[in-house]
Amino acid sequence: MRRLVASVPLVFGIATIIFFVVHAAPGDPSTTLIRPGLTPEMAAQLRANYGLDQPIPIRYVKWLGSMLTGDFGRSITHGRPTLDVVMDALPNTLLLSACALMFAFFFGIVLGAIQAVRQYSALDSTLSVVLLFFYSMPSFWLALMLSLSLTLFARNVWEWPFWFPGSGVSGTSYDSLSVIGKLGDRLWHLALPTLSLALALTAGIARYMRASMLEVIKLDYIRTARAKGLPERSVIFKHALKNALLPIVSLLGLYIPVLFSGTVLIESIFAWPGMGQLIYLAIGQRDYPLIMACTFIFAILVVLANLLADLLYAVVDPRVRYD
Amino acid sequence: MTELAGGRARGGSASRLSLVLPGLPQLLAGRWGVGGVALSVWIGFAWVLVARHDVVRRSLSGAWDERLAVGSLVAGLLAAWYWSWRDTNTKMECAGARAGVGQWELAVRAFSKNKTAVAGLILVVGLYLLALITPLITPDDPTAQDLPLRLQAMSAAHRLGTDQLGRDVLSRVLYGARISLTIGFVAVGISVTIGTLLGAVAGYLGGMVDSLIMRFVDMVISFPRLILLIVIVAAFDPSIFLIITVLGLTLWPGTARIVRGEVLSLKRREFIQAAEALGYSRSRIVLRHLIPNALGPVIVAATLGIGNTIVLEAGLSFLGVGVQAPTPSWGSMLSDGRDVLLDAWWLSTFPGLAIVFTVLSFNLVGDGLRDALDPRVRS
Repeated sequence: MRRLVASVPLVFGIATIIFFVVHAAPGDPSTTLIRPGLTPEMAAQLRANYGLDQPIPIRYVKWLGSMLTGDFGRSITHGRPTLDVVMDALPNTLLLSACALMFAFFFGIVLGAIQAVRQYSALDSTLSVVLLFFYSMPSFWLALMLSLSLTLFARNVWEWPFWFPGSGVSGTSYDSLSVIGKLGDRLWHLALPTLSLALALTAGIARYMRASMLEVIKLDYIRTARAKGLPERSVIFKHALKNALLPIVSLLGLYIPVLFSGTVLIESIFAWPGMGQLIYLAIGQRDYPLIMACTFIFAILVVLANLLADLLYAVVDPRVRYD
Repeated sequence: MTELAGGRARGGSASRLSLVLPGLPQLLAGRWGVGGVALSVWIGFAWVLVARHDVVRRSLSGAWDERLAVGSLVAGLLAAWYWSWRDTNTKMECAGARAGVGQWELAVRAFSKNKTAVAGLILVVGLYLLALITPLITPDDPTAQDLPLRLQAMSAAHRLGTDQLGRDVLSRVLYGARISLTIGFVAVGISVTIGTLLGAVAGYLGGMVDSLIMRFVDMVISFPRLILLIVIVAAFDPSIFLIITVLGLTLWPGTARIVRGEVLSLKRREFIQAAEALGYSRSRIVLRHLIPNALGPVIVAATLGIGNTIVLEAGLSFLGVGVQAPTPSWGSMLSDGRDVLLDAWWLSTFPGLAIVFTVLSFNLVGDGLRDALDPRVRS
């Protein structure tokens, strides 16, 4: 609970920085709204409607006040309450991020553990090279290459019997599908975006996991476990793996911001209607209320993820207790 | 020891050999890392000088970056010669008289034993050398348009094909390396300087200053970096200088956190107490005693940071808020290629490979440095 209170200034601090940067910038959203034929009086009225005629400090105080009452204002470009727009996009981003995180942590932990157990083997060095390659790869280039090969080339050049969809969250015939068909369709559309987001993270986690596992395997209690004749499988899974997981859990809080950065690029490549694409478009159109709302939600998501990481830590490490 | 003995036995002949082919004596003595670099730099630069002598001659009276390229070419050649010659001579002189070994020398030894790290270092040095002499080696002007030759596949004339405006992709990738490496180096330089200073001050002074700086650091680190960058950059007119400044001013919190952690453990050590007892000023203690001893992890973070910064810059340019046309940049080339993914796959493939290759090199060096600078790992 105390940690939750401590994170309040974090959320408001980052929102304040973004507020001043956005509002200090030359040009304002009225330029996208004001069309030829609009009289100067109407333009002035329009600016007054959105409060754009007031000095920035006044706007900040007003914004802060409305934020505290949970009022995020109306989006200028969408013409709807900002919160509605954000809430339409949020589930898509959460779905994508959650899938990517689960993929990255599962495969990262498995690969890292395999490498550590088979240290210095051919498998270990091959995996190291492959993982370092993916670790160095920008996610958006991977996304381009995946959609180039598994969507475009698979469909048009190699004429595979199947290919992955290159954009959107669901197919055109989504509404006519059965429940299982719907689920399959969603997963099918999730595959490429998830893979592009997750592979670099997977490689990062596997590198950590390998190092952490190697450190644990050297410790005395593992030698004790082996000495008392436990089967190797139980030594690795029950004793080593569990303790090697401790530092990995704290990676969760570290990787969430990286993941959200990635969604901006990946969502725009795969036309995935989520928060990343939303804030990117909002920035381009100078839609102040929308930018601020997205910023706020992103900051809150990071805080929640850090909280989750702390809770998980307490689950994995019995020495840690939160009251 | 064998290499030293070998050097002594060959004596004067090694020094004469170094005047013919710099790096060869080092290579023969088994020091393949430095020897290989010197030899390949020398051969590569000499080849450029001979094979593209017309370009070199034209560049002598060209724009400042072309002249700079010629200057670097000549300087590189002379440096390879001088270094190799001096190296063979001094090696023999002090072969017997080696006194104590410093911390940094230990790290250098550990690093040079790590073959992949040395390979990474060679690649990084090679990339920077390539970036220096880019105007002399590119087959075409990276901004010269040739509309009839749009979206040509790879051929002898255009090794990596052409883009929508008929520009040579290979030349653009090479010039893009220049932009990316410069931005990475300068931005990380700025952020490391700020981060080290603020981190050391926060760690040493503690109290209000510490919590003020570290709360800000926590805030910036926990927010998605790319989103912060887009917001800031989009607020102004994007230019290379803006990108470098913004990247430099937003990446320092990571370094600050590392340095603060180091300083917190260093400031309880005896040598800092001694410095305080001697009445040294706080700024002297921070600058002369704390920071130099906290530099190891900073160097590692900076090396890995250059790779990250290059990826970030490419992401910004890909979204259109980075380096602006017509300046070639890997990110904006990828964004060009995205529109014609199926018709011209080479357009989006090669700049991406260039990024992966560059970042991989920096990561190899960074990993090697971490192992070399960490006394716990070093055996």
